[in-house]
Amino acid sequence: MAEIMFWEAVQRAHDEEMANDPLVYCMGEDIGVAGGTYKATKGLYDKYGPERVIDTPISENGFTGLGIGSSFLGCRPIIEIMSVNFAWLAMDQLFNTAAKVHYMSGGQLMAPVVVRSPGGTAHQLGAQHSARMEKVFMGIAGLRVVTPSNPRQAYGLLKSAVRCNDPVFINEHEMMYNMKGEVPDAEYFMPLEGSEISRGGKDVTLFGYNISVYWCQQAAEILSRNHNIDAEVIDLYSLSPLDREGIKRSVSKTHRAVIVEEAEPAVGVGAEIMAIINEECFYELDAPPMRVSAENVPIPYNHNLERAAIPDIQNVVDAVLKMFGRS
Amino acid sequence: MDSDLKKKLLREMLFARRFEERCYEAYVERKIGGFLHLYSGEEACAMGVIEAAQAGHDYVITSYRDHVHAIKCGMDPKVVMAELYAKETGCCKGLGGSMHIFGVENRFMGGYALVGGPFPLAAGIAKGIKMKGGDEICICFLGDAANNQGTFHESLNMAKIWNLPVLYVCENNLYGIGTRIDRSTAVVDQYKRVSGYNIPSEQVDGQDVEIVYDAAQKAIEHVRSGKGPYFLELMTYRYRGHSMSDSNAYREKEEERMWSKRDPIITLLDRLIEAGEITKDEYKAVDAKILAEIENEVIRFAEESPEPSMDLLNKYVLTENDSYASGGSS
Repeated sequence: MAEIMFWEAVQRAHDEEMANDPLVYCMGEDIGVAGGTYKATKGLYDKYGPERVIDTPISENGFTGLGIGSSFLGCRPIIEIMSVNFAWLAMDQLFNTAAKVHYMSGGQLMAPVVVRSPGGTAHQLGAQHSARMEKVFMGIAGLRVVTPSNPRQAYGLLKSAVRCNDPVFINEHEMMYNMKGEVPDAEYFMPLEGSEISRGGKDVTLFGYNISVYWCQQAAEILSRNHNIDAEVIDLYSLSPLDREGIKRSVSKTHRAVIVEEAEPAVGVGAEIMAIINEECFYELDAPPMRVSAENVPIPYNHNLERAAIPDIQNVVDAVLKMFGRS
Repeated sequence: MDSDLKKKLLREMLFARRFEERCYEAYVERKIGGFLHLYSGEEACAMGVIEAAQAGHDYVITSYRDHVHAIKCGMDPKVVMAELYAKETGCCKGLGGSMHIFGVENRFMGGYALVGGPFPLAAGIAKGIKMKGGDEICICFLGDAANNQGTFHESLNMAKIWNLPVLYVCENNLYGIGTRIDRSTAVVDQYKRVSGYNIPSEQVDGQDVEIVYDAAQKAIEHVRSGKGPYFLELMTYRYRGHSMSDSNAYREKEEERMWSKRDPIITLLDRLIEAGEITKDEYKAVDAKILAEIENEVIRFAEESPEPSMDLLNKYVLTENDSYASGGSS
């Protein structure tokens, strides 16, 4: 098992799937000749040519719709939208067409498109390049939403997303492309549904996804080392559908839940998981669930203000200590 | 155009007219729900273009005013009507409705209710054709008002730079819902707007099916021969309001009268009568037969079909038993 970077894992999945099926192609802004803003398609233009590695005009709704149309004929486009902030422009085609066409055609058409897009707050990119949009996508029936937290997931989820017959939105993170992690040498398809136990524990469950899995893992280490609290970390890599059983199983074991999200709290991942806990295992709880979320603000440019707008490891530790009455 | 083809198109346009007008009645009777957008007056557009194409081989996609295109692609009018009646025997099992007719077997790729939504989908279908190496083309029918959406410009640009086999047909009926084109659109002649993308385009009379057919043949030949996209503007008029919920209060009676004199069915009928190729009585007999077919077969089928099973509610949200979703594969 080799240790590779996140972007290399995404690139490998592209390469293997394009080699496997001539109807798999990829498109997006600057992904071809320029090799991709995050290198996710590096080298593929030379290998597969301009018909299958397509540099698009800056027309997010247009090229997303074009990808969807081609998928009606059995093509499997992997569409890169350079930033989720730009994905707002493609919401019409993603939500009105991709998510609904299988249903409204009475099962006649499928839209097996993959849309990958990095979101999240990075390094002083300002309000219009720092959005976290997963909560919007996960609320739309007919669309799968996954969000990898490491290179293995980035590779395995993209592989499965390409072959799945449903439209899949893959929410990546601007800050994670150079992260290293082990990826199996053999071909690996990760189920698009479910969750993973990132760290086993018995006292409290920390729910994270994408980058917040790291905050949870590191908070769990601090809680264990300094406070004798044994936290379990659940990686909710599938945001739609959410793993109700996995959520219930963990909360039924630890009886406490803290959800950590990089986005604003309203109508978000934390709110949804709290609702699931209420519905599935309310009487298992020893304390009201808590969420650690971003401030309800557009992301500011100033570095210190930007860091203050989103959660960090200490916020997670503090929330758990508060839950245990230790603050 | 030979006499047999003219008579066939006359019959098909008349069938389309009677079908749509019967939908109007069914809507008033509340047998059809939701929004209903009728094609009466515009028949020569779909009939002329799709006749010039290879129905069932070439792909067709359009907006919510979609019944007639679907039928001309080869769909059974009974399953179209059953869909309007929201019955399980409808083409989409009652999940789609008037604005979402689909007949994928006939390569009718659907009716879509977001104005301008099909522009990029059509380019994508053309991309798919190209990747698979077929000789089909994709024909996208949309109204003039759709051209004020960003997808129009985005799609024409992509279709041109990637040389995609797509024919965009603009059914210019002069109104975007209830707003006249010159009040909403800087350039009224839609074919002129396409020159900015270096795509060949033409504007012709959409009320004369022979003119439409000839123009479409030329356009289709261009697209099929690998020369890239083409834009055909057909000047037409819809007799009914935008939809059934439309008061139609925004049009002058004189304008409506003028267009009714250019009715596509009457225009062709008069020509055939003058040439001695059909008599008035023969035409009346054809009409009676169509009316009987619509009543005794189409409407009856829709009326007598069952309501959809409640199991359909949660079906088709996602595809079923996908092993890559659930982890049954590796």
